[in-house]
Formats: sequence, C-alpha cells, structure tokens
Amino acid sequence: MTPGLLLLTDSRLPAGSHAHSGGMEQAVKEGLVHDLASLESFLAGRLRTAGAVAAGFASQACAGHDPVELDAELDARTASPAQREAARTQGRLLLRVARRIWPSPALEELAGRLPSPHHPIALGVTAAVVGATPREAGAAAAYHAVTGPATAAVRLLGLDPVAVHRVLATLDLPSPDGLPAASAPLLDLLAERHRRSPVRLFVS
Amino acid sequence: MGAVHDDVHHAPDGRGRALRLGIGGPVGSGKTALTAALCRALGGSLRLGVVTNDIYTTEDADFLRRAGVLDPERILAVETGCCPHTAIRDDIAANVDAVETLEERFGPLDLVIVESGGDNLTATFSRGLVDRQIFVLDVSGGDKVPRKGGPGVTSADLLVVNKTDLAPMVGADLGVMDRDAAAVRQGKPVLFTSVRTEGAAEVAAWVTEQVHEWSHEHEHGHDHGHGHDHGHPVHA
Repeated sequence: MTPGLLLLTDSRLPAGSHAHSGGMEQAVKEGLVHDLASLESFLAGRLRTAGAVAAGFASQACAGHDPVELDAELDARTASPAQREAARTQGRLLLRVARRIWPSPALEELAGRLPSPHHPIALGVTAAVVGATPREAGAAAAYHAVTGPATAAVRLLGLDPVAVHRVLATLDLPSPDGLPAASAPLLDLLAERHRRSPVRLFVS
Repeated sequence: MGAVHDDVHHAPDGRGRALRLGIGGPVGSGKTALTAALCRALGGSLRLGVVTNDIYTTEDADFLRRAGVLDPERILAVETGCCPHTAIRDDIAANVDAVETLEERFGPLDLVIVESGGDNLTATFSRGLVDRQIFVLDVSGGDKVPRKGGPGVTSADLLVVNKTDLAPMVGADLGVMDRDAAAVRQGKPVLFTSVRTEGAAEVAAWVTEQVHEWSHEHEHGHDHGHGHDHGHPVHA
C-alpha cells in the first residue's frame, strides 16, 4: 500500500468532506437513525448501494478508464440532484487539494476536462497518481461512503465514538466489480429533503 | 514557490486577488453585526464579497442579505458540519471554494470577508484561508477573557471588544480589558466598539488600511511583510 492512499483515506485530508453527512443528518432528524443498531443498518445499506457504486467507479477511474465517460455514467446512476451536487462539490474540492499535494499531468488533464467530477472519479484518478491499485481505490471509495456518515452520527447523536468505530470495523467493504447500478431510493429522498430543510448543519 | 499547478487566482502569494479577512470570535459577540457594519461602511469604496460560516445553515447570510448592506449574490454561506473551527482552520476547502467562487463571479474584488461560525477562544483562521484576521469579543463574556488569552485573543491582527455600552450593566471594566489585552498581544491593536449603537468606523478604517497595504504589496511585487515597517500611508 502506498503512503498516498493512507493520506487519501484519512478523514483529516483537508478536502471538505467533514461537512458532508451522506444523508445521516436527515436520517437522524427523521428518527431513522437513533442508536447503534439503526446506525449499523443505515451504514450497511449505504455501503451495499452508494458504496458499491462509488467503489466500482473509483476502481475503473484508477484503472485508466476515460473519466468523462465514467462521470456521465455515474451521473446517470445518481437520481437525486442534491446528491449529484454534493458528489461534484466533494470531487471538485478533492481534485483541487490533490493537484496541490501531488502535481501531475493526469490530475491537470482531469481538471481541464472535468472541473467538478463526481467524487469517486476524482478519488480514482488521484489513487492512480499516488500509485494505488484499482482495488485499493475501490476500497477507499467504499470506506469514504461510510466513514463520513458515521462521524456525523457521532456528532449528531452523541454516540460512543469507539462503539461507532467497532461498527465500522465489522462492515464488509464491497469488492469493486464492474460498474454497478445499485440504487437506494431512501438515500435519494433523504438527500432531497435535506436540501430543502431550512435548518442544516451539514452540506449533505 | 513551487505551486506552478495552482490556478492563477489561487496563487499562494496572493498576487492579483482580494485581501481575505477572517472575522472570528465566540457565539453572540457581534461578528455578523460587525460584518454588516463593515459592508455598510466600505461598500461604497471597496469591491466586496462575504462568506458566512453558520452553525445552522444560512441564518447569518440571510441576516446580511436582509440588512441590505450588499448585493445578496455577493454573500455565500458555507455549512460546517457541527465544526465551525474545522472549516476555518483544519479543512478550509469549502471556504476557499466559496471565496474563489465570489472572485470568479464578481472579480476583481478588493476585500472578501470570511465570517466564522461562533466558536471558542482557541478558534483561529488558517493562513491558507485568510490574510488578516479580526477576533471579536464582547464585554458581557466577562472582563477576564483577554487575560485568559487563547490564540484568538493573542494572535489576531485586530482584537475588537464589542458591546461596550453594556459594560456598566455587566460589571465589566474596560480599562482592565484594555490592559490585559495589551499585555498578551505584544503591540497588536485593540479597538473598543458598540457596533449596534455606534457602528464600526474605527474598525472600517483599520480594514481599509489593510486593503491598501495588501494591494500595494501585491501589485508592486514586494515580499509579503516587507511593507509593514514603513507605515504606508492610507490611500483613502
């Protein structure tokens, strides 16, 4: 494993993800997530759907598949406009940070063609730049799909952070496999309702 | 400077962009009122943009928009995910993005104000996000606050002690606050204000001076910090 991949998966990477809850804020507000058990099932569901899709696309982007084509495919798999916007914002911020940390022709080319790529595309291309394998890029994307929401739950519900990390440790990260199209209508709805909420702590 | 891959407007040396001014301080000390007063005082002479960091969504941005002190489109709000200090210090990505968005849409600008969400005495802005910072206290937080220090009080380029009109009511001794602040700030300025009743003319004058100093340094290619000792005149 390359050191770059560790930096890329560190929640302290200053790329704006700390303010995204991946639907968790709305799920907490609606009472869907209120304790460790409900958190675990939310995260497991997110991992099997949004996480698996993100893993597949990050992996393919890392393998050198055309990012513009992948980005369009991922857009088609993201029904909620609010989720598209959140994914593109995180992708844009990650790309900007990555260009400064790991200056490279591949990242410059991506920025030129897609200033605001979906996050898994930015992650996959950056993973390739730091020397990670497509499989590792996929794992990083899946990990990103659950760690942000888990941290948000700690902040919003005051759950024991160690217990939440134990939940994270027991989740099975999906192996990147092609370009899956698993959807989670509830996550779409949560994202849309969150976007319309007048009181919000998180961007998404 | 090796960051040749950065966009021109993102250049770390600040050439060709607005001065970025952070306004931080505890909850309720008057950051938003000060921001509004600065917009009112400076809107006629400087090209402005404002980024707010609310605890709860767009409350402060909405207040500023309603106050009519600035074109509403020049005010952007950033959500901070329960961690206002993270968004101004540890992970500044969303704020930098908002500042650059304002500069792209309305640039060139002279001044972009980044108002922090209300936080604690340790919350300061990253030098990667702002060029100057103001820390705002109010007298009702207690006149011991300057003595207790903390990075906000000790290191901000300007310390503003607000709500001086309340001092008699809360038993705060402004002389004590002034003396204690001077002791921990090593000569950096402190201004006492009552923004709600008297506005913020002195703070606005300080900000104007910073903007002129900034543009002087960065248009003429001086090294950052070079001009500080010369007491550059303020081109009003």
